[in-house]
Amino acid sequence: MRALSTVARSEMRLFLRDPVTVGVAVVVPSLVLLGLAAVPALRNPIEPTGGLSFVAFFAPSLLAISIAMLGFQVLPTGLATYRERGVLRRLSATPVRPASVLLVQLIINLITATIGAVLVVAVAVGVLGVPAPRHPLGFAAALLLGTAAVFSVGLLIAARAPRARTASGIGTLLFVLAMFLGGVYLPKFLLPDWLLRIGDFVPPGAGVLWETWVGTGPELAPLLVLAGTALAATAGAARFFRWE
Amino acid sequence: MPVIEVSHLTKRYRQHVAVADVSFSVEEGEIFGILGPNGAGKTTTVECVGGLREADGGDISVLGLHPRRDRDRLRQVLGMQLQAGELPDRLRVGEAVELFASFYPNPRDPGELIERWGLGPKRDTAYRELSGGQRQRLSILLALVGNPRVAILDELTTGLDPQARRDTWSAIEQIRETGVTVLLVTHFMEEAERLCDRIAVIDSGRVVALDTPAGLLAGLADGQRLRFRPSAPFPDALLTDLPQVSALVRRGDLVEVRGGKDLLTAVTAALAGHGVIPEQLRLEQATLDDVFVALTGRRAGSPADAVQAK
Repeated sequence: MRALSTVARSEMRLFLRDPVTVGVAVVVPSLVLLGLAAVPALRNPIEPTGGLSFVAFFAPSLLAISIAMLGFQVLPTGLATYRERGVLRRLSATPVRPASVLLVQLIINLITATIGAVLVVAVAVGVLGVPAPRHPLGFAAALLLGTAAVFSVGLLIAARAPRARTASGIGTLLFVLAMFLGGVYLPKFLLPDWLLRIGDFVPPGAGVLWETWVGTGPELAPLLVLAGTALAATAGAARFFRWE
Repeated sequence: MPVIEVSHLTKRYRQHVAVADVSFSVEEGEIFGILGPNGAGKTTTVECVGGLREADGGDISVLGLHPRRDRDRLRQVLGMQLQAGELPDRLRVGEAVELFASFYPNPRDPGELIERWGLGPKRDTAYRELSGGQRQRLSILLALVGNPRVAILDELTTGLDPQARRDTWSAIEQIRETGVTVLLVTHFMEEAERLCDRIAVIDSGRVVALDTPAGLLAGLADGQRLRFRPSAPFPDALLTDLPQVSALVRRGDLVEVRGGKDLLTAVTAALAGHGVIPEQLRLEQATLDDVFVALTGRRAGSPADAVQAK
């Protein structure tokens, strides 16, 4: 137990020593939202959104940034680097199991992603007057399952990627895909319906986040798919994880 | 009772046999060297001893423990320094030592260990800023911080410059004073000669010789070499008839004689009986390098023909 807590403290310190990652993951989505809100026109209700302001319409999309960045990129690249450079192997020669590092990194990234997401909601609702999530339970479920799905896929990448650069490449690809489908690069009203439909099911499930925050409530199918993805990817990662 | 006992160890990776048949035992407090060319099976052997790999056959016991079955208990009393085991870039020296110390029930004092290994001024330096020699010292230190009874050190001076290598050797000599049993893997003759109480020479997965450094040298048929300028001519047979002499070569007016034990006494006596004075007499001892070449037909640094174990 003592070993696990010192590993946790040590990993936490290392994580905080990388201010770029922490900054982008925690603060940038909220800053983007505040920046958009500084343009008066974006705070007024507009037509293509069905009467929402652009800021309110766009806020749910920003939720995906912290989650996808930490889960698709930071977590798998970090673990793959540890494996490639023999850190996991070095630990397996001590009384500590390398799995404890995996667990600790998973928790740290999850906490950070949660802080980033909560900050976006707090800024949107508290500062910019965006309505609070209309379906709080559904919203919480969507956030939870979406995050779980992203992080499980991240673990699966970490499990199999032969090198840190491979992990980082796959992670970046998935991140860009998640951003595009989630309407971060282009507002969702500019994307075709079939593309948005795919986005409902691809982690982190941008569609469900949007529907539960400013829309008409959660749809069951995407939530089930996200939960299934999380279970399958976690099982795959546990089964195939290479420690060296 | 020996601290480490290995008998008829075998290990293969798919088609490639990394360890064919290795047996040895190490007594308490001994520094035991495993010497051999690249790909000879040295690392695989110690990784099986340390429980990082599962042996295919044979028995291993470390302090009475089985490396795989008693893995958790073994980890408490065994320290390992691995060839490829780095640390996170941003982790600082002091933090690394304290982190590793926290893994063990009765660790050594991190601060004192850092000072003793000359890393005091680097305590707050990140791992990626350390030189190769400093990383190596940190790596050895981490293998010792748990206050182990047995330490496995794999290629501890590879990649170090000569000065750093000598520093590391003096540090290892300090370990001996603390009574820790050390299993040392190396392909440097000088290192094995200086540090080891006994050496097992491994080639192509087998032990080809096991003795003290002096014993290995003594076993060499032409382990000694004499050079001199004779004061008067003499027939070759005068020396080549001696049982101690294995070869005689003339280079201009210089004579070089090779042979085993008591070469010097036998040659000088024979020459004196013939009225010849050996001028500018020089005796050269063979090194473990020569032993190695005699045993394996290769220089120690050169790769074996076998596929290198990964």
